[in-house]
Amino acid sequence: MWKTLRQIQKVGLVTEAPPSADETLRVREALQQQILAVLGRALCIRQVDAGSCNGCELEIHALNNPIYNLEGLGIKFVASPRHADMLLVTGPVTRNMELALLRTYEATPDPKLVVAVGDCGCTGGIFGESYATRGRVSNVIPVDVTVPGCPPDPVKIMQGILTAITAREKAR
Amino acid sequence: MMRARWWFDRGLPIAGIAGAARLPVSSEEWRQAAEDFNATGVRLLALWATRNEHDRNLVRAAYTMEDRLLVLDLELAGWHYPAIDHLFPAALRMQRAAADLSGVRAMPIDQRPWLRHAGWPEDFYPLANRENPALTEPVDEHYPFVRVQGDGVHEIAVGPVHAGIIEPGHFRFSVVGEKVLKLEERLGYVHKGIERRFSELPLLEAHRLAARVSGDSAVAFSWAYCQALEGIAAAPAPPRAAYLRAIALECERIANHLGDLGALGNDAGFAFGLAQFSRLKEILLRSLQTTFGQRYLMDFIVPGGVRNDVGASTLDALIETLRTIEGETRKLRTIYDEHSGVRDRFAGTGTVAPQLAAKLGLTGLAGRASGQNYDLRVDMPCLPYTEVAPRKVCLEDGDVAARVAVRFDELAESIMLTRKLAKRLPDGAIRTDVPIPAEGRFGVGAIEGWRGPVFVALESGPEGWVRRCHPHDPSWQNWPVLEHAIIGNIVPDFPLINKSFNLSYSGHDL
Ligand code: SF4
Repeated sequence: MWKTLRQIQKVGLVTEAPPSADETLRVREALQQQILAVLGRALCIRQVDAGSCNGCELEIHALNNPIYNLEGLGIKFVASPRHADMLLVTGPVTRNMELALLRTYEATPDPKLVVAVGDCGCTGGIFGESYATRGRVSNVIPVDVTVPGCPPDPVKIMQGILTAITAREKAR
Repeated sequence: MMRARWWFDRGLPIAGIAGAARLPVSSEEWRQAAEDFNATGVRLLALWATRNEHDRNLVRAAYTMEDRLLVLDLELAGWHYPAIDHLFPAALRMQRAAADLSGVRAMPIDQRPWLRHAGWPEDFYPLANRENPALTEPVDEHYPFVRVQGDGVHEIAVGPVHAGIIEPGHFRFSVVGEKVLKLEERLGYVHKGIERRFSELPLLEAHRLAARVSGDSAVAFSWAYCQALEGIAAAPAPPRAAYLRAIALECERIANHLGDLGALGNDAGFAFGLAQFSRLKEILLRSLQTTFGQRYLMDFIVPGGVRNDVGASTLDALIETLRTIEGETRKLRTIYDEHSGVRDRFAGTGTVAPQLAAKLGLTGLAGRASGQNYDLRVDMPCLPYTEVAPRKVCLEDGDVAARVAVRFDELAESIMLTRKLAKRLPDGAIRTDVPIPAEGRFGVGAIEGWRGPVFVALESGPEGWVRRCHPHDPSWQNWPVLEHAIIGNIVPDFPLINKSFNLSYSGHDL
């Protein structure tokens, strides 16, 4: 046990403030406040891999590491679409996932946000449209924000999430 | 062994890998060879279908024995060929996939579709029919799962969308109380038509698609593709490029192992492990960004070499980062080893005994945790592994604890190996020009990715286009073994057992 504690103490707090290079990026507190202002609570995200190569998932995973610490910003991933405010969708949408994606979208309560992550989610990417895929996410469900990149890094994904919330606030 | 050698000795060399050969066989020989191979411990690497220059169906099976690889070519007069899954269980789903994609059927075989769900008509074979079917409304698939009868048996179905951030797939458990009697997987959800897409790309550009077969193995797949292509074009990458490729491959292994070790700790109820290992992984990814220009090396390996050179000081910085990771990981290993809760969850969970592993063809990392002592970097080395070889890591216990231990050992080994590779990195060019290969050539590539052996079979078409490319991920071999590993365990242990294999959906579904 003492080794565990020593390691925790030695590493200390490593979370970085989200960079402020882009207009849509806020400092940490501001982001949290914004989410609170919009939702009155933490933002809940359901992630759906609709056909990704799994590269995008690796970067979405990284959002939860202590350096990006998304949860510390008041954003958490949830297990059911019924508890979600936002869907984070990756991949070109495969024919074999089309129905599952549609159902997840329908099960998410209104008003809902959709962020398409990765070149594949934005345009169909290198896989395009074929007998096996419908291509971009917006060919299947309405999309609010797209985050290009192959895969986009965690900061870009955070930026996309924030942009979606900001956009909704403006729309009010 | 004599019988097996007899087949291997008759093969004609194939481009791409030293020691690779192909042998045209009759359907009787196809079956006989499979029997001889099964009796002598030869391993099945992949099975796929293609068409030859006379537009006849061709089924191919790649086998490995010691430092050699043999591709059997079976030309079919029609649409049927002898099944080999009674000898090599891993062949079953490969046969079903070949039936879905090319229309060729192994006899006798489980005739259920595998990669095809309900998205396109039964008589549409994507690799044989060029014309796409009309787009239809998405409908549910009615897949006939195998039912377990008996008192108190009930079914639990999960997926395709799972609770966490993971790829989609469907799992059907038959349980009594909490105990799993049977697991049946239904995969194919992320089938993106990769093999069809390959033949719509120029040979000199399709490495980009190879890198995206399974994002976590981008280096392994793009390298295997380039190996096959450079073989066909007789344009080997310069030594410096080979070394840089290997450094990238080892970093890919280290990054994945770090991610898995954290996730495994977390699944055993030790969130501290996830926080620590995911932090180390992030440190490595940032270092890869500086060293190679990307956090995930989707575009580093290109035909003829690598995209960009790595300067001495940048490389030193990477080695320094790895040294930090090495030290921290050693400490974390002690913490995992001494944590009784973690130990209890890992030990004796999801066991695959070496004998079963051999019979089912368990491969790669998971195989090495169950006594299957194979590693392409040692058994069938290409440059630079011919000059700087890793130590093979192999354990016998076959449980989650063994799969964790193999990761710890391999991680340490890869860091050491990277240091050696960096030290001996030759000067010179990082890329050679790859001429457009002539039509009708066949080449193969095989690279030991972090999960296991990644294989690519490539055929050149007219005017520099890909005629056919078959990428094979070791997950094909290992997914069916997961169904065995869970038997007798409790349902709540499934996430942990599943994670300890960490198989690719995308690499398998294609
Ligand atoms: S955008 Fe790139 S990393 Fe993401 S799913 Fe597509 S190919 Fe993979």
